[in-house]
Amino acid sequence: MLNYLVKRVLNFLIMVVLASTLGYVLSSLAFDPRANYQGANPPIPESTINAKLDNLGVNPARPLVGRYLDWAGNVLTGDFGVTVGEQRVNEELSRRIWVSLRLLVLGSVIGSLVGVVLGVVSAVRQYGATDRAASVLSFSLLSTPVFLLAILLKFGAIDLNNRLGTTFFFTIGEYSADFTGNGWDLLVNRLQHLILPTLSIALGGIAFYSRYQRNAMLDVLGSDFLRTARAKGLSSRQSLFRHGLRVAILPMATFFAYSFGLLVTGAPFTESIFGWNGMGSWFIVAVQSNDINSVSAVIVFSSVLVLLSGLLADIAVAALDPRVRLR
Amino acid sequence: MTLSVASNLIEIRNLTVTFPSEAGIVRAVRDVSLDIRAGEVLGIVGESGSGKSVMSLSMIGLLAESATVTGSISYDGVNLLSLGDNAMSKYRGKDIAMVFQDPLSALNPVHTIGRQISEALHIHNDISKEAALARAIELLEIVGIPRPAERAQSYPHEFSGGMRQRVMIALAIANQPKVILADEPTTALDVTVQAQILDVLKTARDMTGAAVVLVTHDLGVVAGLADRVAIMYAGKVVEIGNVDEVYASPAMPYTIGLLRSIPRVDAVGSSRLTSIEGTPPSPVALPPGCAFAPRCPAAAPQCDAEIPVLAAVSPTRLTACVRQQEIQGLQTSGRLFRDGPSHVAAPVSGNAVALEIRNLKKTFPLMKGSVLRRRVGSVFAVDGVDLTLREGRSLALVGESGCGKTTTLLEILNMVAPETGTITVLGRNVSELSKKQRLEMRKDLQIVFQDPFASLDPRLPIGDAIAEPLDNFGMPKSEQDQRVMELLELVGLQRDHASRYPAEFSGGQRQRIAIARALALNPKVLALDEPVSALDVSVRAGVLNLLAELQEKLNLSYLFVSHDLAVVQHVADDIAVMYLGGIVESGPVEEVFARPQHPYTQALLSAVPIPDPVVERVRKRVILQGELPSPANPPSGCRFHTRCQIRASLPAEVAARCVSDRPELDSRHASRVACHAPLN
Amino acid sequence: MTVTELSVESSPSNRLTRGSLIRLRFMRNRLAVAGVVILVLMFVAAFIGPFFSPYRWDELDFEALLQAPSSKHWFGTSQIGGDVFALTVRGLQKSLIIGLLVAVFSTGLAAVAGGFAGFLGGKVDRSVMWMIDALLVLPSFLIIAVMSPLYRGRTWLIFVVLLAAFGWMVTARIVRSATMSLRERDFVRAAQYMGVPARKIVFRHLLPNVASILIIDATLNVGATILSETGLSYLGFGVQPPDVSLGSLIAEGTASALTYPWLFMFAGSALILTVLAVSFIGDGLRDAFDPGSNKSKKKVGKS
Ligand SMILES: Nc1ncnc2c1ncn2[C@@H]1O[C@H](COP(=O)(O)OP(=O)(O)O)[C@@H](O)[C@H]1O
Ligand code: SF4
Ligand code: SF4
Ligand SMILES: [Mg+2]
Repeated sequence: MLNYLVKRVLNFLIMVVLASTLGYVLSSLAFDPRANYQGANPPIPESTINAKLDNLGVNPARPLVGRYLDWAGNVLTGDFGVTVGEQRVNEELSRRIWVSLRLLVLGSVIGSLVGVVLGVVSAVRQYGATDRAASVLSFSLLSTPVFLLAILLKFGAIDLNNRLGTTFFFTIGEYSADFTGNGWDLLVNRLQHLILPTLSIALGGIAFYSRYQRNAMLDVLGSDFLRTARAKGLSSRQSLFRHGLRVAILPMATFFAYSFGLLVTGAPFTESIFGWNGMGSWFIVAVQSNDINSVSAVIVFSSVLVLLSGLLADIAVAALDPRVRLR
Repeated sequence: MTLSVASNLIEIRNLTVTFPSEAGIVRAVRDVSLDIRAGEVLGIVGESGSGKSVMSLSMIGLLAESATVTGSISYDGVNLLSLGDNAMSKYRGKDIAMVFQDPLSALNPVHTIGRQISEALHIHNDISKEAALARAIELLEIVGIPRPAERAQSYPHEFSGGMRQRVMIALAIANQPKVILADEPTTALDVTVQAQILDVLKTARDMTGAAVVLVTHDLGVVAGLADRVAIMYAGKVVEIGNVDEVYASPAMPYTIGLLRSIPRVDAVGSSRLTSIEGTPPSPVALPPGCAFAPRCPAAAPQCDAEIPVLAAVSPTRLTACVRQQEIQGLQTSGRLFRDGPSHVAAPVSGNAVALEIRNLKKTFPLMKGSVLRRRVGSVFAVDGVDLTLREGRSLALVGESGCGKTTTLLEILNMVAPETGTITVLGRNVSELSKKQRLEMRKDLQIVFQDPFASLDPRLPIGDAIAEPLDNFGMPKSEQDQRVMELLELVGLQRDHASRYPAEFSGGQRQRIAIARALALNPKVLALDEPVSALDVSVRAGVLNLLAELQEKLNLSYLFVSHDLAVVQHVADDIAVMYLGGIVESGPVEEVFARPQHPYTQALLSAVPIPDPVVERVRKRVILQGELPSPANPPSGCRFHTRCQIRASLPAEVAARCVSDRPELDSRHASRVACHAPLN
Repeated sequence: MTVTELSVESSPSNRLTRGSLIRLRFMRNRLAVAGVVILVLMFVAAFIGPFFSPYRWDELDFEALLQAPSSKHWFGTSQIGGDVFALTVRGLQKSLIIGLLVAVFSTGLAAVAGGFAGFLGGKVDRSVMWMIDALLVLPSFLIIAVMSPLYRGRTWLIFVVLLAAFGWMVTARIVRSATMSLRERDFVRAAQYMGVPARKIVFRHLLPNVASILIIDATLNVGATILSETGLSYLGFGVQPPDVSLGSLIAEGTASALTYPWLFMFAGSALILTVLAVSFIGDGLRDAFDPGSNKSKKKVGKS
């Protein structure tokens, strides 16, 4: 077991190193940080530009290998360098990580829980009204890109606010900048800001999980062991809840790992549309401003997140499934 | 019409079950009336698709929701078919219990065995958790699970197939039911395990006094156990009666053919098998009258006109045949079924050696972990095998699943240097072949696989499949067609079948196609990996007869892998018995069957059920203890010593050698045996 | 495709052939049929629509800025006088072409990589799997966004290549596990023992037998690609101006969408409808090929 864990962690680290290398190298090849300073009026002298680029550690005049090694060395000591705006990446990182995590964790937890319940209900009432409604809902949600969903939610909320005559949903930022209350009021204010972005992340998850859970549940409905349970004298409903559910939930843990990649992709849209200063919106700005150091930091963050969710999924499967536990 | 006896436990009347399907309405059970008497063992025998399972599931109310059921099933004055799911579940497990075919998937993988049995007790009784668990452990003990208290804490995947089937029986008897329905309870198991399970089933019946409905496709399995037997064909019971009577003087042509088409392990000398032409009808397109008419040698116009009903031929037997009166006469005059060729063995000595294996070994790494796999040991799949196949003869390699038969076969067919040992094909050591020579050699050694549904590419017309080897060895397209036609005729198919896809053929026909493909390059040696075990009983004989004909016509040598000793008795000249990676006994078939030297051979032979109730009841059986040990961790000395039935009665000194020294294959009489204390 | 080849006239019984069964099942699925109809309409609109439009997509009508839909400008006009109908149709065209191209390329790549990895096993398999795992650690969206400056001002085909290069992994895994189980099937073994070379086995026996998986996945990949393409284009990392895609149209339209809904409504609806249609078709195909996969199969014991 220990042996296994060590190998697993090692693999994890290799993958992170690989992903971050890929991120740094690709962005260094694709971005032209010099362009940020060229064409300014009055023109910035070449030597100043070079000095600025050297300060960032991204001067293309130096060979890429050298730049990468410096960057990697610094990252190992916990220093992600400087942004194009000459802020410390670490500072941005520590501020933005929590903004994104709040959104992602809440969104994925709500998405998976609601999705699983919906999937189970759909399967049990196969072809019933609930099932059909859930199917249409998830198909529509899965066919709507996150950005469109976020925009529609935003417009819908604005429309609703107008009708209600008060601002119930806030559509910009994490909390009102001019908000003065504290305690309970601040919490409510934050919640009002949180609802829409979380929803735009969770809805996709609900659609995703409900489809898969429904299929897994239907598979279990046809299984031999459920028939055995009924042959023992359980009614079909009892056998479903006592025997079917637990087995049908197993595959979901694996899907959890997959879906996290999807969530990480969704975050940039949600954050930028709702004006949250998280990792996702940072990524967009960083790409637009040729900011190699910031982009690399975001990539390290998301690879760690995806790998971590994979690890969690494995642990969950091992906890739930005795066939795996006895490894 | 049914024979009425006072104590009917279950009365089935005019039961008809249909399912909707894309191809039309599937008529799975058609107008069946049947009684189950208290305490009796009723065997229900039929080929796959004949409606056995559907009938037993309708008795316990577990048919698919799409099923349409008419008729009645009365139990204790209640028509079970009129009950809803909740009302019916009061009977399930309490009055009527069921054991299913596939023990591997029938238990919930995420709950312990103990918990699953206790649950069965809790459902129908108001007992405490502790009492239920204690009773569960008792039940495990009854069905022969060693260390039951400990094993109750295990999960199903930690049990072998045989052990899980024992658990299923424990579940079935937990609430002292009145009827136990067992649907092919041993079909997925090896013969020695089958013998154990049938024994447990007997114990279960003696303990509960329940009636047992034993559903199977194997006429041998019911012979020794059943009081009465019902034969099903295409959704109907076509013959039912006292088991001795049905076996001794079958009256319905299908039963007659079936009984004559199955090889018997106790047959003496070369036996002849009857093959029933054709295949069972599709349940969506049944013939208008008697469903057996298209295959029946006695069929007459009136057979198509009416559906025969069960009628009494004796006080204890009913038969459904329009020409009932005439059948007896036809049978005695030999006009009913024609027997196939009897197998003629090629001379033993003087023949060149076609295939020789010496001390073949093959180990697989034992891997663990799903993400990062690592080697934790070795599986000794084949561990010192010697075989000699002479030209024109058939050598059978027999043994239970997991003993290494298939691995041996694949090692031979791979034609690369083995880990240890030598493989000589037609006088040439395969280790010394160049790549080109190896390809050339493949022409001489071909294979027919077990499952004809897996051995043909579903996307390739069968003509192309048969032509593939020809094409591969550069035969011009124009000649290929000619050869394909020849081959199709050789195996008894029609020329115009060439452009059809495998899906359009039945199992037996597909096996013929696979044989044609294997013969395309005129091989000298044919490896047959369980060639008939996936086929329906009534079509097996046809394929076996074909193989016998081909061998004679083309002077083929067969390496015949099988677990079915009755089939081996019928087709093979020589036999090699394998146990846990090694050959324990080999020699001429008659010799080995008549005087088995090795205790394992003896046990194996005695485990094969014989389709004859009289023989079956008086026969003394050796029932092996325990399970096949894991080839990853084989026992020391004689591999068989953990289960050997005679070791306990041996002198201490010999018994000790069994544990310490591995016996070598030694010549004794006409056969060779690896045992420190051979039997005869 | 083999589906049609399978119908053989001289079938001995009147059993339905596999091909006609699949067609029958698909046609019975109303949503799937609706999907086909919608998708056909979208294609007609995208490729024939421009011929009927009074305006070209890159034509500006300076006399009609920000006009609501009218008989002249069917979907209205943009801030600078672009005809929204022409633009939407052009964007739809681009999104559809990209979706199709990428789906074909990535599924093809997945078939070859997964097929060989599954059949050959050993080192080939390990390296392919390792590559897949590594590529899956980073969402392809991030990688392509980072590489977007590389195709700014160049042909959009580079974008297509990138989408395909980072979109094959999941399908390859599925193909791999399917071939791994097929590899153990006897017809593959038989071919091996007849000396058929690996390349031929993969292309002649294995891939045709996973055709259903490939068709289903290719279909679903069209939808997935359109989603990623429009997402990237929305942020300006995809199809580059002056060319338009549904994503970039929506991005331009959202700023003032509350007051001028036609700017983004049509592109948005076209996008959702197209992807919805594709997923209905994919789902219908899955049901048709493998009716057990999605339905309740409360089965009765096998014989
Ligand atoms: N749930 C079902 N739906 C459709 N057809 C079924 C179903 N269960 C059984 N059948 C069909 O009913 C016939 C009889 O099946 P079965 O009783 O399982 O045969 P047996 O047990 O004798 O092999 C077969 O043709 C089978 O395909
Ligand atoms: S009814 Fe006719 S066809 Fe049927 S078994 Fe009797 S003789 Fe044969
Ligand atoms: S060697 Fe000993 S243990 Fe092995 S079979 Fe013979 S008697 Fe039994
Ligand atoms: Mg059955």
